[in-house]
Amino acid sequence: MKSRHQRLIAIGLVVAGVGLGATFLLKAMNQNILYYYSPTQLEEGMAPEDRRFRVGGLVVDNSITRTDGTMEVRFTLTDEAHVVPVVYSGILPDLFREGQGIIAHGRMQGKEFVADEILAKHDENYMPPEVAASLNHTRDQQAAAESAYGSGK
Amino acid sequence: MIPELGHVALAIALCLAITQSFFGLAGPLFNKPSWSAATKPVSIGHFVFVAIAYAGLTYAHIVNDFSVAYVANHSNSQLPLMYRISGVWGGHEGSMLLWGLMLASWGALLGVYTKRIPLATAAKVLGVMGIVSVGFLWFMLATSNPFDRLIPAPLDGRDLNPLLQDPGLVIHPPMLYMGYVGFAVAFSFAIAALIEGKFDSQWARWIRPWTAAAWAFLTIGIALGSWWAYYELGWGGWWFWDPVENASFMPWLIGTALLHSLAVTERRGLFKGWTLLLAVSAFSLSLLGTFLVRSGVLVSVHAFATDPDRGMFILAMLVFFIGGALALYAWRAPQLAQKGGFAPLSRETFLLANNMLFVVATLLILFGTLYPLFLDGLGLGKISVGPPYFNTVFIIPTLPLVLLMGIGMHTAWKKMDWRQLKSKLWPFALGVFLFALIVPLIVYGQFGLMKFIGLLLGCWVMAVAFIDPINYLRRKRTLKGYSRTMISMSVSHFAIGMFVIGVTMVETYGIARDIGMKPGDTVQIEDYSFTFVRTYPAEGPNYTAVEAEVVVTKNGNHIATLHPQKRTYLVQTNPMTEAAIHARMHRDLFVALGEPLGQGAWSMRIQYKPYIRFIWLGALIMALAAFFGMTDKRYRVRREDEVAETAARPAAPGKLQEGTA
Repeated sequence: MKSRHQRLIAIGLVVAGVGLGATFLLKAMNQNILYYYSPTQLEEGMAPEDRRFRVGGLVVDNSITRTDGTMEVRFTLTDEAHVVPVVYSGILPDLFREGQGIIAHGRMQGKEFVADEILAKHDENYMPPEVAASLNHTRDQQAAAESAYGSGK
Repeated sequence: MIPELGHVALAIALCLAITQSFFGLAGPLFNKPSWSAATKPVSIGHFVFVAIAYAGLTYAHIVNDFSVAYVANHSNSQLPLMYRISGVWGGHEGSMLLWGLMLASWGALLGVYTKRIPLATAAKVLGVMGIVSVGFLWFMLATSNPFDRLIPAPLDGRDLNPLLQDPGLVIHPPMLYMGYVGFAVAFSFAIAALIEGKFDSQWARWIRPWTAAAWAFLTIGIALGSWWAYYELGWGGWWFWDPVENASFMPWLIGTALLHSLAVTERRGLFKGWTLLLAVSAFSLSLLGTFLVRSGVLVSVHAFATDPDRGMFILAMLVFFIGGALALYAWRAPQLAQKGGFAPLSRETFLLANNMLFVVATLLILFGTLYPLFLDGLGLGKISVGPPYFNTVFIIPTLPLVLLMGIGMHTAWKKMDWRQLKSKLWPFALGVFLFALIVPLIVYGQFGLMKFIGLLLGCWVMAVAFIDPINYLRRKRTLKGYSRTMISMSVSHFAIGMFVIGVTMVETYGIARDIGMKPGDTVQIEDYSFTFVRTYPAEGPNYTAVEAEVVVTKNGNHIATLHPQKRTYLVQTNPMTEAAIHARMHRDLFVALGEPLGQGAWSMRIQYKPYIRFIWLGALIMALAAFFGMTDKRYRVRREDEVAETAARPAAPGKLQEGTA
């Protein structure tokens, strides 16, 4: 066996591997990417209707209600500008509580976000970066609105 | 006083690391053997001073010295002693110190166990190890000093994160770091080889045991992390494709490829450049993992304080080591001559395929891990890549990998006769095929494609793993004279089979149920009935808890009484779910408390996990097999004469298969 043949085999294997990999990569990637939307973006109707996505925000105080005798729990998420009602059936993470920044995975059904997964991370002070970004966005806008109001006066 | 001594010791260690790199690289360059020889004692001194610094921090933890900021942030006077000691690596600064200690201990081991390696080469290897250590010690002193004082000292500490107060987590980080950092040895050898422009069988033999050791530690570390996540994060998953898990898994995959590629380089002197590239990549991925975890780019349980300075420092280090190594590689690799070829059906071909599949799997995981960061960095939106992606891209290269593994093991170097291979393996293939087809139907009464494929592949590897040692044993009545490397190979491949079966069983026959239960309620899962009896308050050294009593019976016979807890830690006030698990080799029964639903009812997660122990047991056996392989006599005996002999007499196909790898 000559080294030229060896090289051909090696190149063939690489090409086959890369091709195979790229095909499945694109397929798997396309199905499994979750985009993030803030409650404001949902209000603006930017969220897709036909696929799962992530929504995040603070759990509004006194918004958690349970349906007696079932696992179903409802609460509201806010980015301090708009709110979105969430319904979830399952065990909530340990750090889920009112005032906490959390992320929910699921779909919109009508006006309600039906979550199939709730994430709250392992630290009481932790804020998911997405939620932090949308909160900052809201606060910036409020600050801008106030200063505009102030200068108008 | 002790913390200041620790700080000084760390600074001295940095000076010694600089000395080590200077002597190590300048000695061979200026041809001064005395300089080269100096690297060995210096590497030991370097280790001693890092160890002193480490002991200093441990001491501050044990005596509850809360005037040290790090101790105040990660410990508490109520914390049990074991967790005060392990709390040393419970935060960023301490875990970097542990990293430094591991690096220095690999360096010292190299200093001691390189007597058979020519001095100039050993010096270069130690020199490169020194440079890596300089980077980390400098990083620690500049951005993450664990000995910083906090004046005035608080009365008590903020306690260790409750998630980390667990025996599994006590040994997970040291094992993982031992593995992570151990790849620095293979990296240093690779750089030394590139500097010398020489890399042959002899070199591969030097590197192999070091790589095997690092790989084994990493395997244990990852398995412990997975085991911990299974019972401590509370919800019974064993792998989440969390970016931090990926960060440890990618070096493992490349490390595995490296072990196999080294086998080819050692036996046949082929794949030289490729082996070096893998050695560089394995450590680069370890560094990348450190960067991802420590810089705060990723947010997870592992990402402690986030500080942009630290991120930039590690990024700079990453660029320096990876960039430098690749530049050196591009310059030198073309000079590495190799001769000899192999037939399409030969062990070399199978090992080549092995390497390709491992690299493809790694690249796909790397892509999925970095893509969201990349998009976010460009401001193109925030996305997350879910586990289904990783499952898909990992399983697809893995299936052929496991199938080919069973065949590759029985293929001879250079050239294999297809008929010989077929007659050896086909009875096993047929038997395993029938087994995987029939047994699940009888035992579980259900059939599924993934179940079948998983069982087929797992059983296939297990069935063929020991053909050769058993034949040898039957012929010679003893295993004496049979290569330990080969035994290690058979055992670790058998363990892969166990792992595959564990994963298949858990993922296809496992049952998980989230339900609300009132005291007195019973739920039936498989043959087991779980009865929720009551809840009552319980107390631990630094937490209070609600404990539940759940009685498990099977056909009326009492199996176990489980006591899952919902804990509230006194200092950090986080609630924590402590699952109760009844473990047997063939299944785990898992009960975790969710939250109170009112009127004494609780939400619960109840799970039946068949053969989940095989996952971690498989990993453990693999690691032990790798350690055993290191004791092969070829690494102990001088082999120059034998090398000359094999060079003169090319390997005979078929003959070499026994006792070689």
